[in-house]
Amino acid sequence: MIKRQSFWLSGSALFGFIFLYAPIISLIIYSFNESKLVTVWSGWSIKWYVSLFQNEQIINAALLSFKVAAISATLAVILGTMAGFVLSRMGRFRGKTLLSGWVTAPLVMPDVITGLSLLLLFVAMESMFGWPAGRGEGTIIIAHTTFCLAYVAVVVQSRLASLDETLEEAAMDLGAKPSTLFFLITLPLIAPALISGWLLSFTLSLDDLVIASFVSGPGNSTLPMVIFSKVRLGVTPEINALATLMILVVAVAVVAAIVIMRKQNKYTS
Amino acid sequence: MSSSSEFNQEKSIIVPSWREAGAKPFVQIDQITKKFGDFTAVNSVSLDIYQNELFCLLGGSGSGKSTLLRMLAGFEKPTSGRILIDGVDMTDIQPWDRPVNMMFQSYALFPHLTVEANVAFGLRREGVKSKEVALRVAEILDMVQLGHLSKRKPHMLSGGQRQRVALARALVKRPKLLLLDEPLGALDKKLREETQFELINLQDELGITFVVVTHDQEEAMTLATRIGVMDQGGITQIAEPHQVYEYPNSRFVAEFIGNVNLFEGTVIGEERDCTTIQSAEIDGLLKVNHAISCAPSQVVSVAVRPEKIRISREKPDADANTTDGIITDYAYMGSQSIYKIALKSGKEVRVTMQNATRDISDRLTWDEPVFLSWDAGSSVVLTS
Repeated sequence: MIKRQSFWLSGSALFGFIFLYAPIISLIIYSFNESKLVTVWSGWSIKWYVSLFQNEQIINAALLSFKVAAISATLAVILGTMAGFVLSRMGRFRGKTLLSGWVTAPLVMPDVITGLSLLLLFVAMESMFGWPAGRGEGTIIIAHTTFCLAYVAVVVQSRLASLDETLEEAAMDLGAKPSTLFFLITLPLIAPALISGWLLSFTLSLDDLVIASFVSGPGNSTLPMVIFSKVRLGVTPEINALATLMILVVAVAVVAAIVIMRKQNKYTS
Repeated sequence: MSSSSEFNQEKSIIVPSWREAGAKPFVQIDQITKKFGDFTAVNSVSLDIYQNELFCLLGGSGSGKSTLLRMLAGFEKPTSGRILIDGVDMTDIQPWDRPVNMMFQSYALFPHLTVEANVAFGLRREGVKSKEVALRVAEILDMVQLGHLSKRKPHMLSGGQRQRVALARALVKRPKLLLLDEPLGALDKKLREETQFELINLQDELGITFVVVTHDQEEAMTLATRIGVMDQGGITQIAEPHQVYEYPNSRFVAEFIGNVNLFEGTVIGEERDCTTIQSAEIDGLLKVNHAISCAPSQVVSVAVRPEKIRISREKPDADANTTDGIITDYAYMGSQSIYKIALKSGKEVRVTMQNATRDISDRLTWDEPVFLSWDAGSSVVLTS
């Protein structure tokens, strides 16, 4: 009976893995294809990786993407932590439902709407106060911070909710003033949530195509925008190589986030 | 007052400060009230605690004992009233500036710090030099027998070890007042008994005033110099453990602490050292060897503890404080046996008997008619 059950379980696990990872694995394999034709296999080669690193347009787009991702992830962590604190620690206050709604809205709002509304806001702000002057790196960072913040706030809020508040009382009781208390007790205890929030924001920003397309300006194309425009002219093996590298970066970030979250759970239970 | 308290005073050479008339209290709680919205958690409590006391606040859940403790620590601000510790008004003093430390029920050990760093936390905040910090931490960890575990994180410790770390961390700053919230609540029975005595010894050694909150009456009896029984936000009785047990001042206290048989009756006669009560419940007279201040023919309760009642097959030679019934329940518990006896009035009486001999062949058992009796000095009249 037990054996039969474990057969079914491992069978469905296997099916799930194939379903999820088969496309990715075929992409990775074909990125090492020697042939110029994407679908025809003619032998192993890393020449597409070499030509990728000689392509200045892609390199610049990648650098821009990493820069935007790093800055907006950092800003999202700072602002999202503040939002998370307000939501979990301020008790009931006027507008709390509105705030928590606002925080979770970007999680469910279609990217097209987020992108469009931000674009309209930027245009209106520019005509009213002259800032932001034009659209480019700055506006992409603001836009990405806005939706990443939502994820960080949710992660931080749930971490704070599970954090024993008597720990903070104990610290106060032992002579820690609120500022000391925050840096010595609260911050180290929620650090895993902050780090995984940062990594999550980083990958979300790196992956985003739709919002960035709305709010970027001429000459400020992020990596997904470049890929998308290239793919429209046909998939080249170079894109396969690029996609493989991006999968690598995202996978590392996500695995790191999971490992950190696991470690945090070991502490508290 | 009673003969037993005179005996105590003769035995101990130093008279405890709470029994002295003009002694200066160390902690003064003055008309403290705490309201959460419409709910009054603590209702106008006044209480004096003296130096070197181990004072227990005893009460059920929702009695306000924890709220009172949290006000002493400074985590809750009183709605009205004030608290003085060593003569200093604590009303506007923040928790981190109070000469008070607390041991939390959940222990609240910092999970990301080692045992050593947990204990050192308070000293570091005080700005004590690192050499002295190390010395004092080592000293207190030795005192609670945890010196060998100083590099461990809390999640690698057992429940009992965590409790000791929490205690060490609260004691290392040498507070004027140590607050303990259900200090033994999370330990199993055996460990709890051991730790009770350790706690008393430690308090004796360090000379720090302890205030302990507990819902466990046995724990309060063992630990406390005095007990404050709390109910619905107020203090019902403040007295030494044996007084709380032998001379409860209300039905609530009598029933909350230990087991008790309460007989209702009407006062029919009152002299200086004898009150006579007619009780339908025992179908006879109750005599108590103290006077009460009450209206004539007032309805009162007489409390008799189960171990103070004698049980016998022969009718005792007495005109009061005696009744008869049938054993309905019997439980052998090793050191003692518990009997439940149904009186003719339907009232159930609980009696405990020490098993002084090994032989139980002649024991009283189910459905036997028996007589009960007790001394006038063993019962207390309760008017509220």
